[in-house]
Amino acid sequence: MLSRVADSLYWMSRYLERAENTARQLDVTMSLMLDTGGVSVASRWEHLVAALGKPTGLVRVEDSDQMTHNMVFDPLNPASIIYCLNGARENARQAREEISTEQWQRLNRLYHQIHSPNAQSQFEISVSDTLASVLDGIHLFQGVGGSTMIHGQGWQFIRLGRHLERAYATATLLEASVPDLASAQDRANSAYQYLDLVGILRGCTAFEAYCQVYTADVVPDQILEFLLLNHDFPHSIRYSVDNIRYAIEAIQRHGGRRAPELAAGVGKLHAMIEYSSIREILTGDAAAFLHTIREQCLRIHEHIYRNYVQYSIQSALTV
Amino acid sequence: MNASPTVAFDTLFGDYPLDSAYDEMRDASGVLRPPYQALAETLASLPADELQRRKQSADLSFLTQGITFTVYGREEGTERIFPYDMLPRLITAAEWNRIERGLTQRITALNLFLRDIYSDAKILADRVIPSELIYSCKHYRRQMRGLVVPRNVYVAVAGSDLLRLNNGEFVVLEDNLRVPSGVSYMLTNRRVMKRTFPQLFSSYGVKPIEHYPQLLLATLRALAPEGRPEPNIVLLTPGVFNSAYFEHTFLARQMGIELVEGRDLVTHDNIVYMRTTDGLKRVDVIYRRVDDDFSDPLVFRADSALGCAGLFNAYRAGNVTITNAFGTGLADDKAVYAYVPRMIKYYLDEDPILPNVETYLLSEEKDRRHVLQNLDKLVVKAVGESGGYGMLIGPHASKQKRDEFADAIRANPRNYIAQPTLDFSRAPCLFGDRLEPRHVDLRPYVLYGDKVQIVPGGLTRVALEKGSLVVNSSQGGGSKDTWVLE
Repeated sequence: MLSRVADSLYWMSRYLERAENTARQLDVTMSLMLDTGGVSVASRWEHLVAALGKPTGLVRVEDSDQMTHNMVFDPLNPASIIYCLNGARENARQAREEISTEQWQRLNRLYHQIHSPNAQSQFEISVSDTLASVLDGIHLFQGVGGSTMIHGQGWQFIRLGRHLERAYATATLLEASVPDLASAQDRANSAYQYLDLVGILRGCTAFEAYCQVYTADVVPDQILEFLLLNHDFPHSIRYSVDNIRYAIEAIQRHGGRRAPELAAGVGKLHAMIEYSSIREILTGDAAAFLHTIREQCLRIHEHIYRNYVQYSIQSALTV
Repeated sequence: MNASPTVAFDTLFGDYPLDSAYDEMRDASGVLRPPYQALAETLASLPADELQRRKQSADLSFLTQGITFTVYGREEGTERIFPYDMLPRLITAAEWNRIERGLTQRITALNLFLRDIYSDAKILADRVIPSELIYSCKHYRRQMRGLVVPRNVYVAVAGSDLLRLNNGEFVVLEDNLRVPSGVSYMLTNRRVMKRTFPQLFSSYGVKPIEHYPQLLLATLRALAPEGRPEPNIVLLTPGVFNSAYFEHTFLARQMGIELVEGRDLVTHDNIVYMRTTDGLKRVDVIYRRVDDDFSDPLVFRADSALGCAGLFNAYRAGNVTITNAFGTGLADDKAVYAYVPRMIKYYLDEDPILPNVETYLLSEEKDRRHVLQNLDKLVVKAVGESGGYGMLIGPHASKQKRDEFADAIRANPRNYIAQPTLDFSRAPCLFGDRLEPRHVDLRPYVLYGDKVQIVPGGLTRVALEKGSLVVNSSQGGGSKDTWVLE
């Protein structure tokens, strides 16, 4: 596959995952702001910005309604839904031959939906409906992709992009939430605290899944364990890292260049999660652990670039 | 069957003027030409809303397939659906036979001409064509001198524009020898027409065109450099903002070849590679849809980011075939065009089967005087332009516009030619539930690899605006499916 096309598929997927993450975090933040138990609106926004990794270009404005609007419709805010969907469509256009017509039409529809004047009026009536329809659109795209696209190299680049973005986003969210989790440990079990903790889970669509594993007994340590180390939940970091590994293996199986540094980078991240217990993580510095995960993700991204997209001609000729 | 359709016929032809222009459907006395009989009967037998329903379903099909082109000069990247008329344009087997022979003769002569010009230039030494005409052409590429191209094929893909004049004869209006486009519309039109009029289509016995991508692929393969039995063939596109991007993706998909942009290519030791996730992969044949100027910043325009540095040297070294070759625009220069009949005589010793349109060269003193006096009757064209840009249609232009052109001609006569305003043929188009005649041309697609091949038909372009003579898609033209009958 052409490197440019692989790159476009990878970024299309990352942008969609990013849009999904923003939509979910924003939805959780909006609903937490309804309960004004001790936490100010301003600090809710601070937390959201931190949970999205404080991207440059995300401007914090005082007016809460304006801020909400910006998170959805500001085309200059790199975390906004519209920015991410624009990015996804532009990349899909570059890789139009690789994705199926059904995928393209789904994505196109989502793109036109967010750009239509109707989106603005729907937003005025109900922010959460707007966010829900964005999430629906993204899920439909993923479902259609799974069942209509050939699962070759291109598909693996999509998978790689999605899970790298997701692992990074989940680690970012958890890192930003470590202080909350710690303070929840000390505080008496209050209803407000419960809402906050559930918010973290809902930000990863993990509440119901968590309940299945741990019952509705919401405990900070278990939340961290679930979102970091669960084997089977698609939004846990371990699950994403496993998928990154499989995707890279599959890319090489489909003829992709051998990439020892990339394999080493992924192996390192995998080992770090595979051989850590939640006890160790909690007795050590959990925030630092999560931060390391983020750094490893960035390094893997660089290796993907160096091996598949922008490799030097010399390195390719000697192989 | 005889009596009943007349009422419906009256509705269909409610306001269908016939004048001096050749009408594709009816002769001068208004009688249907024989091939159109069945079509007219079918139309007349359908309820009016049925036609509309089919039209809507056809439109929808274009829309969802994303068959669009980009109009320049408006907002950045305005995408439009290519307007499409539902009624097929019919061409009889005998007419087609003549067109096919004429175009084969023409492309053969044009390739011999390019071979000659870029090697010994005998035709200039023999004073059949004035040298200064060639060397002053902006599409002449001195870099091509002395370069041997595979099978001596410079133009592998051509899309000549034909018109039918009052006498029913086809003439060649221009040869598009650089990067002719539109073939994807020919193919998608056919696909939609088969769905829209299945019975009619099968009752007519229409010659198939669907194998065009396969023929194109075979043509490209035939031109691969020697010693590359399994050539890697790619289509080079300028990218998503090009007006014909849809066509590039379409053809690449239909041929099963990679669609590449300049930035996907790298050259090393005069070999072209494309950058893939599997490593560098050698490229053997490039079907080029990027203009000469933008293909290689080291040789042509240095400010171009669309091409690939080093491409031309790899080409010169014979390690890659790039087709059409560079510098083919020389032979479709509108002033050089005037000499094509003489080329045919010179190289093939034959008379042209398809005549040219009478053309005045404004670099000639006598022609220029005549043209400047008769600007209101003539069409003036800039020699190096295409797509209907840089053109004056005298009878339809304002006095001011004509004066502007007169000044431009005096300033740079070599840059213009003039032709009589042609009364070319019209074909019926569907507007609401009525038929109205509109001017049409015909662009068949000619392939030249190991031999000349032309799929029967081509793209019939329609000037959809009433009375308009401009059929270019960039200027509001549309298209029709073209049925060559068995």
